[in-house]
Amino acid sequence: MEHKIVIPTKDKMFNMGPMLSLTPGNIITYILLAIGLVVTIVRFTQGIGAVSNLDDYQPWGMWIGFDLLCGVCLAAGGYFTTVACYVMGMKQFSSAARPAVLTAFLGYLFVVIALLYDLGHPLRLPYMFFFPGTTSVLFEVGLCVATYLTVLFLEFSVAPCEWLGKKFPFLLTYRHWIEKIGILLTIMGVCLSTLHQSSLGSLFLICPGKLHPLWYSPFLPMFFFVSSMAAGASMVVFEGMLSHAGMHEYMDKKHLSQSAGVTLSFSKAAAMILFSYFIMRTVDMLVHGNVVYLFSSYGMWWLLEMFGFVLTPAFLYAKGSRDLNVPLCRAASVMAVAGIVLNRFTISMIAYNYDLPASDRYFPNLPEIMVSVFVVTMIVTAYRFICYHMPILYEHPDFKEHD
Amino acid sequence: MNRRKFLTFMGTAGVVSALGTAKVAEAGVHTFPYYDNGYGVLHDMTRCIGCRQCEAGCNKVNNLKKPDVPFTDVTVTHKRRRTTTTEWTVVNRYDLGHNEFVFRKIQCFHCNDPACASACFTKCYKKNPDGSVTYDDTQCVGCRYCMVACPFYIPTFEYEEAFDPIIQKCTFCHNRLEKGQLPGCVESCTMDALTFGRRKDLINIARKRIAENPDKYLDYIYGEHDAGGTAWMVLMPKPKGMPQIATGNAAEAAPAMKKIGLDTHLGTQPMGELTYGALGTVPMIISFWPVIFGGAYGMTKRREAIAKANQEKAVAEERQKTLETVVQCIEKEQGKEAADKARAAMTAALDEQDAKAEKGGEDK
Ligand code: SF4
Ligand code: SF4
Ligand code: SF4
Repeated sequence: MEHKIVIPTKDKMFNMGPMLSLTPGNIITYILLAIGLVVTIVRFTQGIGAVSNLDDYQPWGMWIGFDLLCGVCLAAGGYFTTVACYVMGMKQFSSAARPAVLTAFLGYLFVVIALLYDLGHPLRLPYMFFFPGTTSVLFEVGLCVATYLTVLFLEFSVAPCEWLGKKFPFLLTYRHWIEKIGILLTIMGVCLSTLHQSSLGSLFLICPGKLHPLWYSPFLPMFFFVSSMAAGASMVVFEGMLSHAGMHEYMDKKHLSQSAGVTLSFSKAAAMILFSYFIMRTVDMLVHGNVVYLFSSYGMWWLLEMFGFVLTPAFLYAKGSRDLNVPLCRAASVMAVAGIVLNRFTISMIAYNYDLPASDRYFPNLPEIMVSVFVVTMIVTAYRFICYHMPILYEHPDFKEHD
Repeated sequence: MNRRKFLTFMGTAGVVSALGTAKVAEAGVHTFPYYDNGYGVLHDMTRCIGCRQCEAGCNKVNNLKKPDVPFTDVTVTHKRRRTTTTEWTVVNRYDLGHNEFVFRKIQCFHCNDPACASACFTKCYKKNPDGSVTYDDTQCVGCRYCMVACPFYIPTFEYEEAFDPIIQKCTFCHNRLEKGQLPGCVESCTMDALTFGRRKDLINIARKRIAENPDKYLDYIYGEHDAGGTAWMVLMPKPKGMPQIATGNAAEAAPAMKKIGLDTHLGTQPMGELTYGALGTVPMIISFWPVIFGGAYGMTKRREAIAKANQEKAVAEERQKTLETVVQCIEKEQGKEAADKARAAMTAALDEQDAKAEKGGEDK
């Protein structure tokens, strides 16, 4: 296959062609963005109630359950890959690091953007630094996410520097410094990630009466952290699949030659993590004497989650990586990602308020879902823009690592 | 580093957070000062007739929006109502079975160590010495975590307000208490179902009422210990035909309490304490992780350095061996002198080549 990587030059900085052409994909993107814009205007002029089904029983719905919980978790590929590659020196994954950091950066950036929809006083978000409520888990989450977003920005900023370096040479000096402190950023990144990935689970520790016992556990923080590792590994595989389908021509030889290896190794890692996650949650369920709940509709849901979306992908991953079967690994990654989304939805919405009568339960309405779709569309669009302009899936010829 | 080691490293994080969680059991610190002299209110359900006078009183003293249905219409109590932004207290009817109906007043419990306050990440809530838990909207971000945290579904949020939505909840009429007045709802109750007093006195009063009428009351003061103790407490009638329970036994009281919508499974710890174990791991992770990962990085670097040195040594040895073989051949053919010359020339040439290669590498 012929590569047509367009490396922007000093005279031709932009490569907007693939984004502006009227392909079906682009048209859908435009439509989704337009709808999102309308909902945004309504949200910020009419209030949260006008665009959502949130109420006093369910103060956190789709926007927290999907945009925040899933967004942060699925961005875990960033710390997972950089630790493997830079700290543990697994050089064979080096081509996976940049795409993973980019996804993580965009993921977190849009988590914060989505949060602005959910907050009653979005402009007051920085208040948490002035009136720190240190007893609150949310404070820890906020602090970590803010710091980690900064770290990710620094880690990611190498790419735009390489893009714009020809025009603004001072960026190269900056890039040099970032390279120097790279390992420091990676280690900070993993500390911050550990903290807030698990704290997202801790958020629900305060409401044992509202969350169904099959999901409430004092070990929620640990489950959230372990599943975020599985999510991190799965997202690298999942994303690899998507960008192979959509942006194959922007990948260089190194990326292409490493990609099968990346998929197989990350699949093996994901299989091991998912197996241990399955065991942990099963033991937790038994220890807390929750077997009785298994014979209810929530029990069915729990079994479906655990066997259908944890154990099955674990087996598929294990088999795929042993048989060197990349498509199987990719199928497993789709299931694993779906499983994690399912888990976060269950904890924040489905099993939350389980004791309330059906009439008081929550279901997201269309505008609410459209905001989430809008956010995902923005992430994909930004990802594409960046991959078309910056050395993400290929190495810039001026900045190749010597090996 | 292989994958297994890598996973082991990552697994440590899980263990660290697990250790932190295990600490919860022994955590006993109160985050908010416990005011021994704080006030409270005892709602005696056996006296409550569901007349909604307290609702009207609350509405009046707090200048809340007038409701569509007048307070004289008591049929609304049959519906399952909750507090809203304009109704800080509601009285609902509950069915105990055997044609027995009772009423319970719902408002903020003014917990001793409030979940809402512990959850707020900008410190909007305050537990006051008079027992009330009050909220200040000026620094509220509108995240609604307090609503998630409150075990009693009390705080409400102004979803319809676009620009300045705030939380609304019962204030224990804090401003009236300061002026030495009774809370609006207590003042307007004609049945004496709401008793205002110091919390510790109220507990004694409740005990006395139970002791005097052991068949009338369920032997459980809701709020004495639940969720760490609350300033507002509830006494409920013992449902007909139900045997008396052991004093204050939460598990035995649960089925009856559930009928009036109260949860006795919250535990006796303040709700916020459930999260402190997890929060306690923060300093641990901050201090240990960099060391662990820094160490791992050091090991990786060292291994790489050793591998590189070994490789360089092997290359040099190989070079020397080839050189010697060639020189030996020359010695055999042309004598010792020629061999020495050739060795010197070849070493010089190879060194120069190496230097060049190195320089070229740096240029890149
Ligand atoms: S009842 Fe709820 S709102 Fe009232 S003090 Fe307790 S936790 Fe806070
Ligand atoms: S909504 Fe306001 S009062 Fe409630 S936790 Fe958030 S910032 Fe605090
Ligand atoms: S104490 Fe005051 S604010 Fe609370 S319910 Fe009674 S009247 Fe209303």
